[in-house]
Amino acid sequence: MTPARRLWLVLGLLATALVVVAAGALFLGSAALSPRAVLSAVTGRAAAESVESVVTLSIRLPRIAVAALAGGALAVAGVAFQALTRNPLAEPSVLGISGGAAFGVVMGQSVGLGLTALEAVGLTAFAFAGALLAAGAVYLIAAAGRGLQIQTLLLAGVIVGIFFSAAITVVISLLDFNRLGGVIHWLLGNLAPVPAGSLGIFAVLAAAGFGLVVTYARELNLLALGEEPAQQLGVNAERLKLAIFGGAALLTASVVAFAGPIGFVGLIVPHALRMLLGPDNRLLVPASAVGGAVFLLVADTVARNIIAPAELSVGVITSFCGAPFFIYLLRTRYRVNL
Amino acid sequence: MTALLELRDVGFAYPAVASRRARPFALAGLSFSVAHGEIVGVIGPNSAGKTTLIRLVTRVVAPAAGDIALDGRPLRRWDPAALARRIAVVPQGVPPQFPFTVEELVLMGRYPHGPGRYFESATDVAAARAAMAATGVLELAALQLESLSGGERQRAVVARALAQEPRLLILDEPTAHLDLRYQAESAALLKRLNREQGLTILLVSHDLNLASEVCDRLLLMAEGRLVAVGAPDAVLEESALGAVFGCEVTVEKSPTTRRPVVQLTWRV
Repeated sequence: MTPARRLWLVLGLLATALVVVAAGALFLGSAALSPRAVLSAVTGRAAAESVESVVTLSIRLPRIAVAALAGGALAVAGVAFQALTRNPLAEPSVLGISGGAAFGVVMGQSVGLGLTALEAVGLTAFAFAGALLAAGAVYLIAAAGRGLQIQTLLLAGVIVGIFFSAAITVVISLLDFNRLGGVIHWLLGNLAPVPAGSLGIFAVLAAAGFGLVVTYARELNLLALGEEPAQQLGVNAERLKLAIFGGAALLTASVVAFAGPIGFVGLIVPHALRMLLGPDNRLLVPASAVGGAVFLLVADTVARNIIAPAELSVGVITSFCGAPFFIYLLRTRYRVNL
Repeated sequence: MTALLELRDVGFAYPAVASRRARPFALAGLSFSVAHGEIVGVIGPNSAGKTTLIRLVTRVVAPAAGDIALDGRPLRRWDPAALARRIAVVPQGVPPQFPFTVEELVLMGRYPHGPGRYFESATDVAAARAAMAATGVLELAALQLESLSGGERQRAVVARALAQEPRLLILDEPTAHLDLRYQAESAALLKRLNREQGLTILLVSHDLNLASEVCDRLLLMAEGRLVAVGAPDAVLEESALGAVFGCEVTVEKSPTTRRPVVQLTWRV
């Protein structure tokens, strides 16, 4: 099978899974709606103000869209960071970059930015600045040793993450106490329905980040040879690093701004796909976009239903899956002594 | 006929901070040319500037002084992909945690022939298979690089460079981690590629005897300068080597090839 045919086959299968999971998510929820009620809302036969229409179209559907977008974006950011740092355990939250973006968002919120369409752009800009700040700090700490060693990079990421969570606590403490609950809920990684206009902006930003990463997917493979050998094959290494870095930071920042810092998606999804598809980034990047959407949608549906009528944050589910998976990868695949 | 590669009075120095050396390292007054179809060896002690020479010729770093020309055209005016279609480098070893298969590695060598393509074309696949056949790794194509022996890995890396269909092949310490049998195989492979495909080869090596056997001409470098240039017979000479390497050596003739064989005079 040619690689192109393999890619389309994989994307076809994952897209089918996404449709099935999305349909399932539409029918499941704490509001006890019969499947027939959901169907009548989707097909527009129910009245616009009816409970089934409001729950299905204004609550569940936008939330499904947010989950799919955030999952895809985080998984692609994971692949990008792993290839860029040549570190299989790199991931937006592990590298502290989600933490930096979250700090940016909290700063944005502290000056009054919310999630209306225009404000969402501002909030993402704050998140992007925070992500760049964190990534820059991690790089400076890790590059002080010789080369970017796996352990050094991870430690630097953890340290920067801790620093930014402390900084977030300071900002929150200075904020109005009544808004504290909302911020904490968001910090745990909380998918909530986003207004349609803002959802559009989220989609555009995520697509832009994905476009940057996928354009350079072949060059990312060559980077596995090392930076100098890639250059000797005609790759413009500086432009490549800048594009991937910018794309992955944009993906992380947009997710953090619209859904909160959800951890480990960028680790679980790319590694699961790597076991099935091999290391080729030209397959992994597009497959992660769809696979990440499937994964986070499943996780969010579980989070919505497992303790119904109450709700868990989706970040709790991804962390419960991701932390053991991370240890498993450390122990088996990369033989790092803890 | 213009030389394939020509260096004129090339100088280069790493910035003091980046080099992390007690003494600042520099190359100076480097002039030589490599003709089409030649095998030229670059030898010399550690920190003679051999690796820097490779980085200059492949434009990873730019010279501070002098000119480098490929096919009579200044190196700085070459497009990166066009340059990679002329010059291929076989680096020392393979990076750790390289998860790709032999075929995937060799196909990476096709990048300069279509940098805009997402997947390789049928032509690329054919060229990669030809390169694997030339170094005898075709039957290993589907295996992971990490599962191969040192010698097989070396041949896979050479196949990747050949897939670039270069005019000049540069090898950086090709036998550094190989045992005797693989060293002999590598030497034979280089000779054969030169003979059959007319490939010009620049061999950078610590191994004086490999260079002596394989090369038409040798460049002896020390402390960033060219000390001697010429046929192995002329360059591999006891007093010159002794001065450059700072130890006593004996040079004899190989009974089979009549090429010089260098031996360290042990004083233990």
